Amino acid sequence: MSATRNLNSRSLAAVVLLGAVVLLLLPHLLPPYYLGLAVQMLVFALFAMSLDLLIGYGGMASLGHAAYFGVAAYATGLTALRLHWDVWLALPAGLLAAALTAVLFGLLALRTRGSYFLMITLALSQVLWGVAFGWRSLTGGDDGLPEVPRPDLGLPNLGLGPLTDSIPFYYFVLFFVTLGALLLVRIVNSPFGHALRGIRESETRMLALGFNVWRYKLTAFVLAGTFAGLAGCLYVYFNRFVSPDYIHVTRSAEVLLMVILGGAGTLIGPAIGAALIVLLQNVVSGYTERWLIVIGTIYILVALFAPDGLIGVIRRLRRRTP
Amino acid sequence: MFWVIQALNGISFGMLLFMLAAGLSLIYGLMKILNLTHGSFYLLGGYVGLTVVHTTGSFVLAVLAGSCAVALIGIVMERFLLRRFHLQELPQVLITFGLLFIFSDLAILIWGGNPQTMPKPAWFATSVQLDGFVYPSYRLFIIGFGFVIAALLWWLQEGTRVGAMLRAGVDDEEIARALGINVSLLFTLVFALGAFLAALGGVMGGPMVGIYPGADFEVMLLGFVVVIIGGLGSLKGALVGALTVGLLDNFGKVFFPELALFTIFAPMALILAVRPTGLFGRE
Repeated sequence: MSATRNLNSRSLAAVVLLGAVVLLLLPHLLPPYYLGLAVQMLVFALFAMSLDLLIGYGGMASLGHAAYFGVAAYATGLTALRLHWDVWLALPAGLLAAALTAVLFGLLALRTRGSYFLMITLALSQVLWGVAFGWRSLTGGDDGLPEVPRPDLGLPNLGLGPLTDSIPFYYFVLFFVTLGALLLVRIVNSPFGHALRGIRESETRMLALGFNVWRYKLTAFVLAGTFAGLAGCLYVYFNRFVSPDYIHVTRSAEVLLMVILGGAGTLIGPAIGAALIVLLQNVVSGYTERWLIVIGTIYILVALFAPDGLIGVIRRLRRRTP
Repeated sequence: MFWVIQALNGISFGMLLFMLAAGLSLIYGLMKILNLTHGSFYLLGGYVGLTVVHTTGSFVLAVLAGSCAVALIGIVMERFLLRRFHLQELPQVLITFGLLFIFSDLAILIWGGNPQTMPKPAWFATSVQLDGFVYPSYRLFIIGFGFVIAALLWWLQEGTRVGAMLRAGVDDEEIARALGINVSLLFTLVFALGAFLAALGGVMGGPMVGIYPGADFEVMLLGFVVVIIGGLGSLKGALVGALTVGLLDNFGKVFFPELALFTIFAPMALILAVRPTGLFGRE
């Protein structure tokens, strides 16, 4: 038993190491266009992992997670464009905006659970979408905010060139996504993460054990929102553009799909799910304009055939062939 | 005069929202399904009605065809997709959201991407002279029609045998089953009725607010706000919530065009803070 666990953790370490090497060498393996695709995969992997903290560990299914992604993107974009803040200020501004929004929405939504929670998170995020869409003088409305500058770290560039080039920018994103992922792994394996899992299984039991359930849930909600915000900041620097689409319920549902497709409660699963969806979207849009029909079908297929995600499918196959 | 006209506009729009939210609320009350396809039912009803009006010229036929076609879609959806995921929230969300995408893309494929308006039925095509101002009679008709639908639903729920079964199912599904009530059939009926009502709203709204891509998402959001304010699973809540949101939406658009959604959001947040399950919802 302990031998197999040892083997498992050793093979896991090998996979992680291999993944890290591939990610580090990627710019030298891929042409620039595909490097952009890799950046998108990384950003959405972080976004999906942040939602996994809520769904997979906290048992809180949010259908409005794009709110924090979008608010952070707007805050970073606006402060960079209008106030000419550099990345050292604009990025924290984005994170702070996401965290504050999560506090406000969390205070309202966490009074409920289940379907009410889904519906309220959706409604709250759509209100922000409405503000981004309607408040033209601030947000540019439907046209969004174009020409957000790429970040300038103001550091000696280590021979990599400025972040306007695709390779240094890839490393910039890789750094923050790795940092975010490591922090998330740390969080879910901490006592806090274990308490969160306990709350997912039985709130009443955790209450009886003397845990302040509500405070744990709000903390998880705000943490998830902040990490989603980090993804949003990176995405606005990548796209150099932010529009109401960042906040739309479509994006919230997409990230939910990524989490479930990969396997909620595993962190690595949602990251893989995110990479797959981004890749698929890219491939499919080369062939047809009917992306919505394709992705809609995928939603249904996942629900029917892989409700516990690809990780779940792999586990099931493994159990069958010992 | 301004206030009366705007209030009538708000109430008539509220009645469309009521037709939508009543189904949303009934379906949740009995089956605990948060139906994200509900906006699609509204949109598809409108488009089918539009096609029927263009081919036959009859508004009544359009209303019947639109609502019944969508009710049929609802039956198929409940029987073949949702049934097996009873009480499983995430698969239900995936399926209903997936269908929302598919229907919205199919609608663009079939009916194109331009906003369309349904011609008003001949008997309500004119305006009427009210006390000191002129008002389109079709909107007044919608207000009356909405109250009639509300009364019918009330009677169905409180005064009929099916309604009694429905209330039993809402209160305690398992006991209802044990008493020999065919809850399975009830599920299909209620889902079909919800789809029918949403589509009815879509067709009736056609001459008033038009039919356009994106309406499915828009009315879904408003429908949710209605049931958040009114409380899920309550007919009374759906009516009160719908009229509130209809009025707030209308006055919001008049007074704060840039921040229209905020006028709906503020009361919703207030109600969430005071009563998380809505005015008439239960724990």
